[in-house]
Amino acid sequence: MRTTIFFLCFVMFFACKADKPVSVSNKSGNLKPDYGDMLIEGSIGDASNLIPFLASDSASHQVADLVYNGLVKYDENLRIVGDLAESFTVSKDGMKIVFKLRKGVKWHDGKELTADDCEFTYKLITNPETPTPYSGDFVMVKNAYAKDKYTFVVEYKEPFAPAISSWGVSIVPKHLLEGQDVTKSPLQRSPIGTGPFIFKSWQQGEKIELKYNDEYFEGRPYLNGVVFRVIPDMATMFLELKSENVDFSALTPVQYERQANTKKITEKFNKYKYLAFAYTYFGFNLKKDLFKDVRVRKAIAYAIDKKEIIKGVLLGLGEEATGPYKPDMEWYNGNVERYEFNPEYAKKLLAEAGYEDRDGDGVLEKNGKPLRFTVLTNQGNDARIKTAEIIQRRLKNVGIDMKILVLEWAAFIKEFVSKRRFDALILGWTIPQDPDLFDIWHSSKMDARGLNHYSYSNPEVDRLLELGRKTVDKEKRRKIYFKVQEILADDVPCVFLYVPYALPVVHKRFRGVSPMPAGIAYNKYKWGVPRIEQKY
Amino acid sequence: MFYYLSRRIIAMIPVLFGITLISFFIINLAPGEPTDMQVELNPRITPEIIEKLRKHYDLDKPIHVRYIKWLKNLATLDFGKSLTPDGRNVMDKIKERIPLTITINLISMFIIIIFSIPLGVFVSTHRGTIRERLTTMLSFFFYSIPSFWLAIVLIMVFGVYLGWLPVSGLKSLHYGSLSSVQKFFDLAKHLLLPILVASVGGIAAFSRYVSSNFDDVIKQEYILLARAKGIPERVILKKHALKNALIPVITILGLSVPGLISGSVIFESIFALPGMGQLLYQSVMARDYPTIMGMLVITSFLTLIGNLLADIGYMIADPRIKYR
Repeated sequence: MRTTIFFLCFVMFFACKADKPVSVSNKSGNLKPDYGDMLIEGSIGDASNLIPFLASDSASHQVADLVYNGLVKYDENLRIVGDLAESFTVSKDGMKIVFKLRKGVKWHDGKELTADDCEFTYKLITNPETPTPYSGDFVMVKNAYAKDKYTFVVEYKEPFAPAISSWGVSIVPKHLLEGQDVTKSPLQRSPIGTGPFIFKSWQQGEKIELKYNDEYFEGRPYLNGVVFRVIPDMATMFLELKSENVDFSALTPVQYERQANTKKITEKFNKYKYLAFAYTYFGFNLKKDLFKDVRVRKAIAYAIDKKEIIKGVLLGLGEEATGPYKPDMEWYNGNVERYEFNPEYAKKLLAEAGYEDRDGDGVLEKNGKPLRFTVLTNQGNDARIKTAEIIQRRLKNVGIDMKILVLEWAAFIKEFVSKRRFDALILGWTIPQDPDLFDIWHSSKMDARGLNHYSYSNPEVDRLLELGRKTVDKEKRRKIYFKVQEILADDVPCVFLYVPYALPVVHKRFRGVSPMPAGIAYNKYKWGVPRIEQKY
Repeated sequence: MFYYLSRRIIAMIPVLFGITLISFFIINLAPGEPTDMQVELNPRITPEIIEKLRKHYDLDKPIHVRYIKWLKNLATLDFGKSLTPDGRNVMDKIKERIPLTITINLISMFIIIIFSIPLGVFVSTHRGTIRERLTTMLSFFFYSIPSFWLAIVLIMVFGVYLGWLPVSGLKSLHYGSLSSVQKFFDLAKHLLLPILVASVGGIAAFSRYVSSNFDDVIKQEYILLARAKGIPERVILKKHALKNALIPVITILGLSVPGLISGSVIFESIFALPGMGQLLYQSVMARDYPTIMGMLVITSFLTLIGNLLADIGYMIADPRIKYR
């Protein structure tokens, strides 16, 4: 699925930067790929449902991406381009989009794809009976209809800039789903799409096999097939990689930096590294008296050494975050207050705010109240726990006593984060391709269901976020989000800590793998292997 | 005895009922719902979507209503539908996974018995010798080794460096094109290490039980009498001592069923085997109540059966034990 989903993520897959890959030159670098061979991809979890908008897990979407197409997709530079749509036009006021479909696109069962399928997909997703977490993408749609066989028109209630990207949603076949209960459809287990690969078989908990689509509208893929193997354990995954039973997988920083530097791996695999679409932050609960003073928040920001965290936790495989975008995005504004590590200045700010250590116990006080709080984070994410420990030591140096509490995920979110029962927390967000930040930073999202966990409220930011959603012009939009980043950096509702690298490896026999801001998986269907190197 | 057995079997029904009642409520007490795992922290989710999903999964109904509904379905052996996005029948999900887990556990149980009994007797009858000390030391060693660590080391040695065995998984990629004999060997190769890992700790532990029971039995007066009568030592050990020493072991075997299934969680994850352990773990993480309940019912049923078999085994091993 190529829509902008932004989930809190534990697993970052294949998110990328046009950074130089750490690839080793190919012995036979000039060989051209030929038809044949298979790609064996390792996946931590099994897919759940192959009608993509019924599933929210990355394993299902990885498979569905190769089987289905959307009307549009993100290209390698994160620009929206037509996919099933040959072209599309957005009206000047941003309230109407017209998609012109490619002609002659065939479903895997031989029927032709038409605008009726698009209309049907829209109706299915927005049908109250369909249990999908994606219907929220389409609440702003006033009307969506097939104008003729190859023209699909969408009208919006008001201008909505993120709208176009939501049409990356996989289009499903009307002739196979109409009049049926989608939750009982066999397509959930054996999908029929328009994509470069055709579904072949699914062994539960074991593997999913796809074979090439000879009639794909961009031409048949070089590869004969793709196999997704379920390997739940990261250590086992690495050993499978080492024995060349898996061709493509993501690594942890330790595996990438230490274990994958052996000759056995580097001879056979190309290692890539790109900035992941995710950041980790240290967030304040602004409802707490302790953090109401911006000087205290700034002092904490100055007392934290981000470089140290990246080095200690990610083995250097990450970059400092300064805002809610990653540094290689066009929306990223690097010209904001960066809070370089400066404990002396942190102490000065705390003194200005009225904190001093009267009883000599090493912890600052104000009006008899010590500067003491608890930071929460979730179990199972070692990087966050280590980050907390490093920050704890740095804060102690400036006279702040921070305790760490690690909680099981569901309890953490349900009982603490959603109920705002916390002082501070260490968590992460995934970064969407569309710059819209409304759901996390707008003051209307402060209620328990909302994601403004910090209870951050700034009328200027609210205004800019509302404006940003309605502004279709890219330059104007960029200016708006640049300003938002400046204000966020000054207000410090959270300390943006780091953006980790995604660290995939791909077997060397595959050609056509080229790291771009969109990652490496964006053109997976174009990878191929020269005949003499083909394995399967 | 027939009376006793039928009474035991009838008594299993309220026990099973009690287990489902308690587990159903405890599982639902855990923070987080199945829908949370799909929608939590996703900004595109409106409250309406959450309500829609909750309604779809019946989560908007009070817990006792859901329990009674679940119980009604259970009466027809229907475990309901999974609350994960796949929405499949729980029975189907379990059915495709249960043979693998049961096979691995039965084989490893068999191996444990085959090896631990002679080993235990050996240790007990050779007390004080170097061979005994070495064996005891080794069994402590294997008992203490965490199975996930042993699994990874074995994979590294036999899978990666020597390349004799596959690293993980259940079948080779070309499994479909093999003849049935080749298929059998392919499966056997894939299952060799998992069964080894599942057995090693058990052999170590059970041989300890056997040897300590054997120590007790050998001190009994009837053994002394047998010796005084001049019966050959070999016959004494085999016929008189061993049988009595095995009685407590039967109980432990009967009780070890749930342990075996929970042990499957670990090695099935490491060896990427699509068995019950893996499904149980995933279901717990996803708060997939019906699947968890389905597996609990099956596991508790197996445990109760295990206990019953242990009691029957008792009667066979010791004719003095009579149940009424």
